Amino acid sequence: MKPTTSLLKDLRHHSLFWPVVALLLIMLFNLLFTPGFFRLEIKDGHLFGSLVDILNRGAPLMLLAIGMTMVIATAGVDLSVGAIIAIAGAAAAVLINPALGRELVTSDKLIEDVTQTPLWLVILIPLIAATVCGLWNGILVSRANIQPMVATLVLMVAGRGIAQLITNGQIITIYYSPYFYIGGGYLFGLPFSLYIVAAVFLFAWYISRKTSVGLFVESVGTNASSSFYSGINEKNVKLLAYIFCGFCAGIAGLLISSNVKSADANNAGLWSELDAILAVVIGGTLMSGGRFSLVGSILGALIIQSMTTTIYAFGVPPEVVLVVKALVVLAVVLLYSELVKVSMDKLFEQKGVQP
Amino acid sequence: MMEKFKIDRKFWPLLVTIGLFLLLYAYGFFSYRGFSNPQVFFNLFIDNAFLLITSIGMTFVILSGGIDLSIGAVIAFTTVLSAYLSEDWGLHPLVVIPMVLLVGTLLGAVMGSIIQFFKVQPFIVTLAGMFFARGMCFVISTDAITISHPFYRTLSLFRIPLFGKTFIPINVVIFLVVLAAAIYLAHFTRFGRTVYAIGGNEQSALLMGLPVARTKVLVYTLNGFCSALAGVVFSVYMLSGYGLYTNGLELDAIASVVIGGTQLTGGVGYVAGTVFGVLIQGLIQTTIMFQGTLNSWWTKIVVGLLTLLFIMMQSAFASARRTRLAAKSIDKSADRLPVGETELVPDA
Repeated sequence: MKPTTSLLKDLRHHSLFWPVVALLLIMLFNLLFTPGFFRLEIKDGHLFGSLVDILNRGAPLMLLAIGMTMVIATAGVDLSVGAIIAIAGAAAAVLINPALGRELVTSDKLIEDVTQTPLWLVILIPLIAATVCGLWNGILVSRANIQPMVATLVLMVAGRGIAQLITNGQIITIYYSPYFYIGGGYLFGLPFSLYIVAAVFLFAWYISRKTSVGLFVESVGTNASSSFYSGINEKNVKLLAYIFCGFCAGIAGLLISSNVKSADANNAGLWSELDAILAVVIGGTLMSGGRFSLVGSILGALIIQSMTTTIYAFGVPPEVVLVVKALVVLAVVLLYSELVKVSMDKLFEQKGVQP
Repeated sequence: MMEKFKIDRKFWPLLVTIGLFLLLYAYGFFSYRGFSNPQVFFNLFIDNAFLLITSIGMTFVILSGGIDLSIGAVIAFTTVLSAYLSEDWGLHPLVVIPMVLLVGTLLGAVMGSIIQFFKVQPFIVTLAGMFFARGMCFVISTDAITISHPFYRTLSLFRIPLFGKTFIPINVVIFLVVLAAAIYLAHFTRFGRTVYAIGGNEQSALLMGLPVARTKVLVYTLNGFCSALAGVVFSVYMLSGYGLYTNGLELDAIASVVIGGTQLTGGVGYVAGTVFGVLIQGLIQTTIMFQGTLNSWWTKIVVGLLTLLFIMMQSAFASARRTRLAAKSIDKSADRLPVGETELVPDA
């Protein structure tokens, strides 16, 4: 066998091969067809350009993907992250202006640049609420032994109702400028949201790769009962994964509500659970659980976001993105399916082997 | 004690569902004036005809151990396609309706084939199907299209008078036909039994020589057809097509199936239960409407909690069954295990 073939094979079998190829393809496409896509300029000390835009807009999705990776690695899934986003956003908005939740107020009071609750509480309480949502999911899955898809479906349905209850069914606009910094501010020339993503990513990476937690998660995802018999508390591993996922969704909810400066219980984070799952699957983590790749999920989120931005750049109606996403999901799952893998191996190996 | 009321244990979840429905109805009946009007009862069917039809399709999918997230999108796509074909292309509805039914059925068949032959999880494939169908709605039109063809109008105004001043429209008739066909299909045909067998244990169904591949593809095809039919019913009901219709309907359908007593792991459940599952959701909505002061989003919360309650109940029933079987097997541990009771050992 020629060394090049085995190198190619190694590359092809590396878990990040397809995500990187996909991202490079999108970038190549943009290099050729989207003028000014790679242009970066500095305005008021901030970095501007499509690439920064992708990173900034993709931040909530990257956070969701990190949390979702952990859940999917334990052979679960969390469908409620979209609802948790709505709950966190709604809670933050109501904390900033509690009057809005219950009664109509005059417009001059609305646009005052003040908050009724200290900022640290505005951030902390939604995060706690989101974590409690994750805890609820985790208890249903790990203690009540309900299928993850169904258990989180409950919060997916009820969560939007809860968010509407918090906002009293209104779309609450936020007029408190320090809060905007979370999702729209800049630090050292880069969007502040990126630092949040980096912090969460480093935390997740450290916990899962430098401590034994990652190993536990993978073993629970591969075979929950045998992990139990080898002394791993599989219930608590699952519980922690869902709590972490809820927490990530909470941060994403803060980012989104801060970025769009409002809380919409119906549409905040709509379909984001599907995007998050898609990002994880594109990143090479199998839905059946087991081995996972955080870097892959981040790449997956970036692929989805750059695809969306590319499509927008062409002036195509945004709804068409859905069709493209559908085709990408299909392509990805088919690429990962056994049938294709086996036939690809055959194809490449036949060329490599000398008779 | 059990000799007196000889009701098979397998009917218990179904009975709980029917009991809950009757309870809710009695509550509304005695609490609100006007609830006693029979038309309120018929309205449950009229307003939920599309959900009933698509939930019946979903029942088959869940019975086979799968899931379909695309139904809401397929219904929306059907309404948009019907509106587009009849308005912009000027085709006669009698041509349009078979065409859209065919498109929905084909979508289901394609998804089923990918699930079966590429061994991809139904969840992911139907998710892609959902994105695809929703996206295609907006590719055709980003705005709502009004359907003005007289045929659709006649259909939507067509009413079959019953006793008193009550009536049912054609939608309910379509639902009743679908229900009858589905009950026949589920309980009196080989196809139905194979669906139950696959849901119970796909591996053993395969080893028994049942046509697993064909049946699984057919289940998704059937569901595609049901969704498209629900879409036709919905377009008659709304007289328009719009890509944002029936957003999140797949969850309502899944909740209906679960509340109806079908186990999400597959293999256990009844088509009739699903009907009551939908009706219970409709009743909750109606009651909240009659109540007047509660906001409509309470429906979501109540339905969510109810779904949870039924799932909990199912797992309680399932574990009770396991304990019973385990006790039975200890009694006659010398004998060989009865067929179909291989899941005696409780999961760790």
